[in-house]
Amino acid sequence: MSLHPPDLQPGEAAALAARTAARAADEGAAEVAYAVLDGPAGRLVAAATPRGLLRIAYELDDAGLDAILDEIAARLSPRIVEAPARLDGVRRELDEYFDGRRRDFELALDWRLVRAGFARRVLEATARIPFGATSTYAGVAGAAGSPQAFRAAGNALGSNPIPIVVPCHRVLASGGKLGGYTGGLARKRLLLGIEGVPAGGQLALPADA
Amino acid sequence: MRNLPPFQRFLDAHREDVLRFLIASVGRHDADDAFQETFISALRAYERLRPDSNLRAWVLTIAHRKALDLHRARARSALPVADLDDRALPVGGGTPPPEPGSGDGDGADHWARVRALPPRQRAVLTLRYAGDLTHGEIAMALGCSEDAARRAASDGLRTLREELSDVAAPT
Repeated sequence: MSLHPPDLQPGEAAALAARTAARAADEGAAEVAYAVLDGPAGRLVAAATPRGLLRIAYELDDAGLDAILDEIAARLSPRIVEAPARLDGVRRELDEYFDGRRRDFELALDWRLVRAGFARRVLEATARIPFGATSTYAGVAGAAGSPQAFRAAGNALGSNPIPIVVPCHRVLASGGKLGGYTGGLARKRLLLGIEGVPAGGQLALPADA
Repeated sequence: MRNLPPFQRFLDAHREDVLRFLIASVGRHDADDAFQETFISALRAYERLRPDSNLRAWVLTIAHRKALDLHRARARSALPVADLDDRALPVGGGTPPPEPGSGDGDGADHWARVRALPPRQRAVLTLRYAGDLTHGEIAMALGCSEDAARRAASDGLRTLREELSDVAAPT
């Protein structure tokens, strides 16, 4: 006589795990709920807490889902579950934005992945740049209280945990040059193009050229 | 010191082991609820866990406690057929336990017999053969010595063999 583990139906454990994760997020047992979203900018990982939207990350070759979740686990909490329904509002607003039907996001934000101080002030200043407008690294550094600190402002923007919604793509280098972008310059051009900013269509020439 | 993995990765890594254990231990009908209760409890305790813990043994220990709660609740409500695995039983169940070789033929039909064993024997056999824990891990889960776990396993297996030979004898 031998005892073998019971057989499972294909997908049975995965479906049950998905229901469990959704329930864990609804009951507040999980701190962070995430979803993987598809759109014209490629695959995005969006994560939210009960306070609001915590993270939007481009799924890149060198920073896939595992690396994105590891970082949230280390910096905020490992109580992270995949619960796509919790991101429905985020998904809807992003879809509308990419379709050109939304200029402003109305999402509550959870800033806990941003260091308090200058970096936070830079990103808050960035969040105030309207749809279709642009600023510069020096401009947001000034709005954050330190006009000379444009390099530090660039670093803060480069580690913006909530790109697109905190529109760091609207911050350009001086002279109208595109500058850098966390998701690569092609994505920065795409977003600026959606907003009708000329620099988005192609590499802009320096203003003095 | 390494960090705890994101909970979703932990859930994905152990979901099949936990479900197999629970189907063996409480039957398919109650396994879904017990599975959800297990992982929700694990999630609530997750951050208090040491990152170098044996995560697999830990979650199976929680699953074992959920199964124990269910068995106790069943004993209190005194529904004798509640222990039966309706999927593994032939149609017209209510004449437990099933014939050997019936069901899906992979040993699933034996689990209904395991569920009828005394609590420690049931726990040891389900954790060992459905949960794939070592006797050392089982002893930790049950709070008994490793020797006691081994003894309970061999006692349980002996009872099962005797039951099976009784059933097989008339043929």
